[in-house]
Amino acid sequence: MLSSPYIAEQSSVSIIMLKVLAALVPGIAVYVWLFGPAILVTLTLASVTALVLETIAVRLRGWPAKPFLMDGSALVTAWLLALSLPPIAPWWLIVVGTFFAIVVAKHLYGGLGNNLFNPAMVGYAVLIISFPVQMTQWSAPLSLAGAHLSLLDSAQYIFTGILPDGLKLDAISSATPLDTLRTQLQLEHTVREITRLPIFGNLGGTGGEAVVLMFLLGGLYLWLARIITWHIPAAFIAGLWITGGLFHISDPDRYISPWFHLATGGVMLGAFFIATDPVTGATTPRGKLIFGAGIGILTYLIRTLGGYPDGVAFAVLLMNIMVPLIDAYTQPKVYGHKQKEPAE
Amino acid sequence: MTRQLYEFNGGVHPEEHKHASTSRPIGIAPLPRILIVSLRQHIGQPAKPIVAVGEQVLKGQMIGQAEGYVSVAVHAPTSGTVTAIAGHAAAHPSGLTDLCITIAPDGADRWIEHSALDYRNMDPSHLRNQLRDLGIAGLGGAVFPSFIKLNPGATQKVPTLVLNGGECEPWITCDDMLMRERAAEILAGAAVMRYMLHSDEVLVGIEDNKPEAIAAMQAAASQCDFPVEVVTVPTLYPGGGAKQLIKTLTGKEVPSGGRSTDVGVATFNVGTAYALHRAVNHGEPLISRIVTVTGNVHRPQNFEVLIGTPLAELVRLTGATRDDTSGYVMGGPMMGFDLISTDVPMVKATNCILVKSLALFPPPPPAMPCIRCTRCAQACPADLQPQELYWFARAKNFGKTQEYHLFDCIECGCCSYVCPSHIPLVQYYRYAKSEIWAKEKDKKAADLARERHEFRQLRIEREQQERAAKLALKASAKLAEASPESPDDAANAAKKAAIQAALERAKEKKEGVTPRNIENLPPEKLQEIAEIEARRAKIRAMAKDAVEK
Repeated sequence: MLSSPYIAEQSSVSIIMLKVLAALVPGIAVYVWLFGPAILVTLTLASVTALVLETIAVRLRGWPAKPFLMDGSALVTAWLLALSLPPIAPWWLIVVGTFFAIVVAKHLYGGLGNNLFNPAMVGYAVLIISFPVQMTQWSAPLSLAGAHLSLLDSAQYIFTGILPDGLKLDAISSATPLDTLRTQLQLEHTVREITRLPIFGNLGGTGGEAVVLMFLLGGLYLWLARIITWHIPAAFIAGLWITGGLFHISDPDRYISPWFHLATGGVMLGAFFIATDPVTGATTPRGKLIFGAGIGILTYLIRTLGGYPDGVAFAVLLMNIMVPLIDAYTQPKVYGHKQKEPAE
Repeated sequence: MTRQLYEFNGGVHPEEHKHASTSRPIGIAPLPRILIVSLRQHIGQPAKPIVAVGEQVLKGQMIGQAEGYVSVAVHAPTSGTVTAIAGHAAAHPSGLTDLCITIAPDGADRWIEHSALDYRNMDPSHLRNQLRDLGIAGLGGAVFPSFIKLNPGATQKVPTLVLNGGECEPWITCDDMLMRERAAEILAGAAVMRYMLHSDEVLVGIEDNKPEAIAAMQAAASQCDFPVEVVTVPTLYPGGGAKQLIKTLTGKEVPSGGRSTDVGVATFNVGTAYALHRAVNHGEPLISRIVTVTGNVHRPQNFEVLIGTPLAELVRLTGATRDDTSGYVMGGPMMGFDLISTDVPMVKATNCILVKSLALFPPPPPAMPCIRCTRCAQACPADLQPQELYWFARAKNFGKTQEYHLFDCIECGCCSYVCPSHIPLVQYYRYAKSEIWAKEKDKKAADLARERHEFRQLRIEREQQERAAKLALKASAKLAEASPESPDDAANAAKKAAIQAALERAKEKKEGVTPRNIENLPPEKLQEIAEIEARRAKIRAMAKDAVEK
């Protein structure tokens, strides 16, 4: 029999997930505008793959398919993964990544609400470890590219690997600012010299910094809509900025300004959309601060001292491992326990 | 003057629906055809019936007397004949019966002799006993015997007296209407409380969605011969919960497992103050209260209702039953519970009868997995982590639920209200609490059995020793015809006495263990506890028999 409360707020997992997707739209729009429509192909491919895999997984587990497909969580995973991958990567890369995200990271760990690791980041990590070459095929900003790919050309290239006649891959792709920075530093160039290269924009990368800004705005919307709290993004950004700042002060020629780190790669997407995944993140207010700060610091260390161009995914996964511990040790004081613990 | 207010964590803003029942004044419910007065009106021990079937009773006559410390008396709500003293469907969700005294009214409504109490010239403990015998218990929902709360105890005084006019639950307006219409009487009750507790300040906390009540109370306060501060508090459920209101008004937190007097605050519902006024200044016992009848009815309204009025007779006052009525809730939509039958009589705790329909209260969609979004934690006024409690309760990891302070949960329902996965969280907590109580009782029973077993072993051993000693004695007597009294006997007797004393001590300790956190429990929980206690007593009796056999 039902017991009280007999009333409930109008909310659902689907509504939350839809708002998350909506918050990504401005970033995607600017992405298309500045880097071409290829990202739409990968987003669609990832979405379809995720929904198909989710349906199969839910069916195999004997759960009702409809409510679990309608919850929208698979779509969010798919979009976050697609936005983390190079937009002109081959189709199978997307499919393999989505498979690891939805089937391995999510359903093998118990499905919605039970997975330990952020599914999109597991997908990303598998791909960057297994297919490092394909993972560097980023679209060049249209303002710097020698040629533009239409939507159909992009789809053709993604699915068949065939470019329109006379077009070379070099004309449409380029290394990311983070990659460029890493390789140029290895060539003993100083930060000042490196940032004169055209791929570097005002703060981050040409074009990329605008996309990052839109993700930041989308994230602020999520905060205002009370889908996320400020703790994880703020701690993430602060952790990255302070760590980066300390390195930068110690040697400005070798360590680039912390603002650059905020404006490049997956930081804003990671801070507002990925690290805030409630299932795999810390839940207590203090825990969220530790969790976010940990991701920020690790992201910087992996980017700067590690072997991979971007560190967000590994930082998130490493901190995911810590979540149960963090939560257990950061339980807030309960009403009536604040003055003193009663003698037991 | 504006007082600094404090904020408690969380809370929700459900739709209020209060206007439905505030457009009509408090109606006086006519005498029902039958009155069924439960002896379990209050928290603690039920009253003991002191009338017999067939006996004529007068209005206000005591028909059940307080039994044990936490208990108050129960009175006949009108004059008439006692027709039954038997179990009857009662106001708790389990549908269990309670011992009730049924009275057939004679229609004369003839009062027993009664007069005002000269409380200023009374011994305080005598005054408190009088209030117990007048049946005064908290009308805010917990129905805790007021005379216990009106004892300033060792500290001699409770500095802050708070009248709770928060009434934060949607739909309910009985306190609102009482404050609008009987403000002066409420403060007359507060005067007695203030006198008994030696309070320095009197605060009346009212949520800002009740401007009429605030105005009425302020007008009455200005006529008062002692300072009364009517404080407007923000409307935020469960801001009218005693712990939350104390936090809002004083910034203090009632310690876990403690009482509000631990922080120098006594809180009473405005209805209790009114009842106290009737008791002290008119000598009338608590035999009626204001009940909101609202929801799926034609004419929602508040009524002054005699305790014992059957649900059906009360609901009829608001018009014919609507076809789509799907049930009756006692209390509000956040913390109330379903009444299983329309025979259930009103009790002192009945603040509202909410008539349900599927249109007004649609069933929730099926529950989805918890995504740990922590909206529940953000809404929890007890600062708990409901998502963790849910996780542990579902896994039946009850030890962990206690570590995460399950028993500080006030079951306000905010977590369930906000949950996007529509998980009935409160139900999980109620389940976990009852499992823990049951386990605790089982453990006590097991302890008792073990104790019994050990005692038996001890006895057998002792008897063997005694037999051996006797045999040895006989043998030695045979050997040395006449020997003086053995010192062994004295030693044995001393040992026996020591063992007996230790056992008594252990037993006392065991029996001294009382359930904790029972202060704000719904009646069905108390019922459950009482049953388990009864079972324990039975087991103990059986154990005793077995030992004696």
